[in-house]
Amino acid sequence: MHAHTSASARTHDPGHTNRNCGKTWQLPVFVCRGSVRFGMEESGSVESLCSSTRSDRSSGTAAELRGKGRATEKVHMDPKKDELPLLPEERIQDSAKEVTYICPFIGPLRGSLTVTNYRLFFSCTEREPAFVLDLPLGVLSRVEKIGPATSRGDVSFGFVCKDMRNLRFVHKEPEDSLKKSVFEVLMKFAFPVSNNMSLFAFEYKQVFPENGWRVYDPLAEYKRQGLPNESWRISKVNDHYELCDTYPAAIVVPVTITDEELRRISSFRAKGRIPVLSWIHPESQAAVVRSSQPMVAQNGRRCKEDEKLLQAIMDANAQSHKLFIFDARPSVNAVANKMKGGGYESEDAYQNAELVFLEIHNIHVMRESLRKLKEVVYPNIEESHWLSNLESTHWLEHIKLILAGALRIADKVESGKTSVVVHCSDGWDRTAQLTSLALIMLDSHYRTIRGFQILLEKEWLSFGHRFQQRVGHGDKNHTDADRSPIFLQFIDCVWQMTRQFPAAFEYNENFLITILDHLYSCLFGTFLCNSEQQRLKEEVPKRTVSLWSFVNSQLEEFVNPLYVHYSSHVLFPTVGIRHLQLWVSYYIRWNPRMRPQEPVHQRYKELLAKRAELQKRVEELQREAANRTSSERAGSPTRSITPVQTFV
Amino acid sequence: MWGAFPVLKLGSHSIPQSYCSWLNITFTRLVGMLGSDWPGATLQEIKLEKEPLKKEKHPDLLPGEVVFCSANPILKYTQDDLSQRGVFGTLFCTNFRVTFISDEMSLEETARNFKNKLYREHDVTLTCVDHIYGVYDEKRKLITGGLVKNKYPSKMIIHCKDLQVFQFCLTYTKEEDAKKIFHGIAHHCLEEKSLKCLFAFSYEGTTSPDMQRKHDTIMFDSPEDWTKEMKRTKTKCRLVTENDNFDLSQKLPKYFVIPSVIEDLSCHQGKGLPIWCWSHHSGCALFKASFLPVAQEDGDFQKHLDTMINAVAHNYLYSVKTEDLTESLPTLQDIQQSYNKFKQFFLIDNATEFWLSDVKWFSSIESSGWLDIIRQCLQKAVEVVECLEKHNTNVLITEEEGTDLCCLISSLAQIMLDPYYRTLTGFQSLVQKEWVAGCHAFLDRCNHLNQKDKDCVWQLVQQQGPAFQFSETYLTVLSDSIHVPVFSTFLFNSAYHRESFMKVESPLAQSGPSVWDWSLQFDSKAQNFFLNPLYSEKVKQTVRKPHKPKHQRQLSLPSTAFKTPPKKGFFKDEADSLKKILRVKRISRWMGSPDSPVAATWEFYEAWQRRPLDYHSLLLPCLDGPAIHLWMQRYLRWIPEVHIMGGGSVAITTKLMELLAQVQDLKRVIDQKDSSQAAKLDTHTHLQPRPLSFGSSGHMSSFPFAYSRNRSFNPIIPTGLLQSIVLTDNLASQEDEVSQFVSLV
Repeated sequence: MHAHTSASARTHDPGHTNRNCGKTWQLPVFVCRGSVRFGMEESGSVESLCSSTRSDRSSGTAAELRGKGRATEKVHMDPKKDELPLLPEERIQDSAKEVTYICPFIGPLRGSLTVTNYRLFFSCTEREPAFVLDLPLGVLSRVEKIGPATSRGDVSFGFVCKDMRNLRFVHKEPEDSLKKSVFEVLMKFAFPVSNNMSLFAFEYKQVFPENGWRVYDPLAEYKRQGLPNESWRISKVNDHYELCDTYPAAIVVPVTITDEELRRISSFRAKGRIPVLSWIHPESQAAVVRSSQPMVAQNGRRCKEDEKLLQAIMDANAQSHKLFIFDARPSVNAVANKMKGGGYESEDAYQNAELVFLEIHNIHVMRESLRKLKEVVYPNIEESHWLSNLESTHWLEHIKLILAGALRIADKVESGKTSVVVHCSDGWDRTAQLTSLALIMLDSHYRTIRGFQILLEKEWLSFGHRFQQRVGHGDKNHTDADRSPIFLQFIDCVWQMTRQFPAAFEYNENFLITILDHLYSCLFGTFLCNSEQQRLKEEVPKRTVSLWSFVNSQLEEFVNPLYVHYSSHVLFPTVGIRHLQLWVSYYIRWNPRMRPQEPVHQRYKELLAKRAELQKRVEELQREAANRTSSERAGSPTRSITPVQTFV
Repeated sequence: MWGAFPVLKLGSHSIPQSYCSWLNITFTRLVGMLGSDWPGATLQEIKLEKEPLKKEKHPDLLPGEVVFCSANPILKYTQDDLSQRGVFGTLFCTNFRVTFISDEMSLEETARNFKNKLYREHDVTLTCVDHIYGVYDEKRKLITGGLVKNKYPSKMIIHCKDLQVFQFCLTYTKEEDAKKIFHGIAHHCLEEKSLKCLFAFSYEGTTSPDMQRKHDTIMFDSPEDWTKEMKRTKTKCRLVTENDNFDLSQKLPKYFVIPSVIEDLSCHQGKGLPIWCWSHHSGCALFKASFLPVAQEDGDFQKHLDTMINAVAHNYLYSVKTEDLTESLPTLQDIQQSYNKFKQFFLIDNATEFWLSDVKWFSSIESSGWLDIIRQCLQKAVEVVECLEKHNTNVLITEEEGTDLCCLISSLAQIMLDPYYRTLTGFQSLVQKEWVAGCHAFLDRCNHLNQKDKDCVWQLVQQQGPAFQFSETYLTVLSDSIHVPVFSTFLFNSAYHRESFMKVESPLAQSGPSVWDWSLQFDSKAQNFFLNPLYSEKVKQTVRKPHKPKHQRQLSLPSTAFKTPPKKGFFKDEADSLKKILRVKRISRWMGSPDSPVAATWEFYEAWQRRPLDYHSLLLPCLDGPAIHLWMQRYLRWIPEVHIMGGGSVAITTKLMELLAQVQDLKRVIDQKDSSQAAKLDTHTHLQPRPLSFGSSGHMSSFPFAYSRNRSFNPIIPTGLLQSIVLTDNLASQEDEVSQFVSLV
């Protein structure tokens, strides 16, 4: 996405000529403008369907997106490609010429660097094709001066990015020591939170045809699941976030448990995160329930109401007389937590409940694993030891454990018709991963684009995954141990499933990558703050734009052409390492060599277009025929054409 | 004991006495049938004839197939079960295969539509058996020819060359029968046999009338075929017909093509003769040669060598690069060793073993070195392509025999360069040209090389889908067919071997059916799976046009790409400079310095990558680690733990085929409408999605192989997760929240 290169096909790309003429709508994405947008095989658009030239697969989505003039606001685009496209409210803060970007793939490139309150923009026009580097400041995790100035007064700056790359620039120090260097300005805007400024998302004022903040309505989602019903009620006890400040206002609990009892339970569960319903099986009524760990402590504290609640959860499902409690942690850690006041449900206290540990490691292990992965894939890949190096990062092994855990949950609910309770320590990292993945396996609704948005809004955002802490938006404290790629890991798991079931997901890879890119970009308000309560306090929905506004305004970019809607179709992925792949088009997308070469979707889209065309012709002929017939024998109804997706 | 075992030849209708007793009825009947007007009957008729025998559960024998021995009841373990359950049935050993017929009526027969006509899913052809293990008192022992003693194991495990694993329990049957079947299978699979005992020479099946596909394939067994190919590629080389009776050399094909300037063919029995492989549209060409015998006198040797290289150079612009493949690629032994190691990772007996090995999967694969060999071969082929395409230099590749790695590299290069070879018939022709006519010693090599060829091609296919007309299923089936001893294609070591053998053994018979006659194995519906639904067809282009816009691509190469100087002394323009180098070494190497061939190729690759993609011109594979994948369909298809219920690439293929069928139907409707009385047609029926035999959702990812073995729709949950990740640092024990404030209310 962020143009990292070599803007390849520009000179040979016929598409560009018409793409830039006329009024177009300016796009709030990190524009790559004709340069290569790695890793997005599905990125081709209607314009490029009919030919199969290389430029089609390489030319970015961004450029085409601009052509979809559905937005209300239209901005004239300067046809000159290397000029910086400013978003609404985006202001240039500083710029410098004769900056050298040390590209690990091409070598040193000399060009100009511009810093705005949103992005870093580097362009080198001496080269043909021109090179453009355009990335939001939000992806920067760490900016540092490397070593002292050289004899010529050159200073070198290293950037560590959150999206699997590092950048390096060399620049002459300004002779006037009072004048700030462009990099000082950059540091200020890269970490607005540390500098008491607001994130760009609060300034960005693009208007989209759809308001993404309306995508998720908790009551509507629960209604879709058939809730409330005779066993489950929607409680207002957390309306003002008094019961639990990291939970949503609307929670679903068994009817037999009173609000008073819930309050008592909240003091027994870590951070007050009591067991509440996430999802209910439409047929068996088996439920997926999430919570945090019980505060059992060393002395084996018990809570009558908590035990009653779990019994009520089991009773709500007539199909089974058992309850499975999935503790995501390794059992060792769960035991160790007892020393700190936490722990796990003892089988004495919870009759008929079976406790299973899923052996998933904590956020620190995951952070370290990703760091190792980055070392292995960026910038260069060591050919001869690629596979063993990959193995040594344990990244895919963690993915496997998470998927395996979700699979066991889904299996218990679907095949065992048994309700499950899922928790880890606090119930906002591993628990969110597990429940949302299990829900994707169980409910085909979450495999649609809007359904997935609802899933994220519900399981991640409303249930308080600490995005601000885990990502560290605008915070310069890059060593913060609270940072961890938990959400990235989840998206990776989803990607693994889309690989295994290529026709079961409405969204494509581009959708997942776009979500991850905007997780860091701080352009949209969606992933800001740590909880629903915080977001309301900051008035995030009022003051920022939702990522879903952007996505839902150009859905066609994110649609998987192979998608077939199987309703009530459960997916059981294969979790063996043999079937897991490294997500090359995300993790290694900056490496120009790894440009994907499988435009299957492209060809498929061509076929779809062809079919549509033929169908239209058939329809025309039919109408003609019908007219002729009806003139002979009036009243014969015109039949409709077979709809596109009747065959499953 | 077994050495004296009578060899069955159907021609003589001899049957070993010991087997007659129990097989009496069937056998006489069969022999009687064979004695009658058999050759006229088709396979369907056989089945009809045998219908009444069905309840006795005998295998449907092929014409010419004879049962050696059988045993009942045998328990066949279902692999996907930890509980070691299985099905009871009868185990047969015939002169063609080992086959198991379940006592229960299996669903398989009805459910399958990708059925091989020659053998069933649970059959192993004798030549496909790789190893047999016997389990004696819980201990697994490898059965070798010598080890077949009187004692028979309680359990027999068969590892196949197509990576299937079969496990049979012998303890339920009578001791006599168990012994017999075990010894029979061990003997027929493991003992050294002469070529003539292979089933191909007993097989009496008739080739079906549908020979369409075969005829499209150029067999390269006549001068006309070669002339055609020479015309297609516009080469100026000369066709040699002097070897018609193998007077020149027994190692060379009957017909071959050499540089036009070579006149003296007589010396060294054709050794060191540069054989033409393919010509680039610029005029430069690819040649392969075996080594000259070293025993020659030095001067003579040198002179001959110079002549040869000059001859190649003379072909176009006096430039030539030579490459000794034995020096730059792993040896055949290395390759064999690596593959042996590699395949072990797929021969998995049970689920426990599977999950244990899953953790170390990547490092295991890497340690075998197989993927690295694949990469090296592709890399070498890309280098060859670079010389031809970018530098327009003639290329001469050499190795000891000139029929192993030469075949491999030259076929790969041709696939990359010539879109014709990416079509189904083109590919088959290429295999004929380079491997069969090129005298690859199929028999001696156990086909491991050929296997690699498929793997390399597969790497290309998976990277560049739409450029290929055939599918990965086709390649998998082809690699399986190597082990089906019905086809003559892969039976012989050379053209001479074939001719002389056929002359001696069966002067009348033709050489057995060719593997390209797919109708022998699959019906036309199943053959659909061979085609890539995404193949982007070029507007009818069978012959390469001389002046394709291709040439312009070179102009679009950035200037830096040309800056790679001929620094390593491989770009030799004049024969003079050549000779100088030749004095030092037998044959010059071209990529002299070891430090940067990859870098140079990368530049070439990058330049290619930057040009607009055209599936009908040059294709290059990406050789970086993450781009080289494992051929899942071939290697993992039998392992139930990795099957994805309702998923996998088959989901895409099925969708595509459906869509394609719909497009075709719509086209047909329009054609019909256009033609006339459109009004009378009820288009609605035509628009119904065609009842495709391969419905979409219910398939396993291993489709069309390894049908669901009574697997219920249950997820496969890994076992033994506990020991999976061993972390050495103390991160694992840290708290999630660093600024922890546990509320101890």
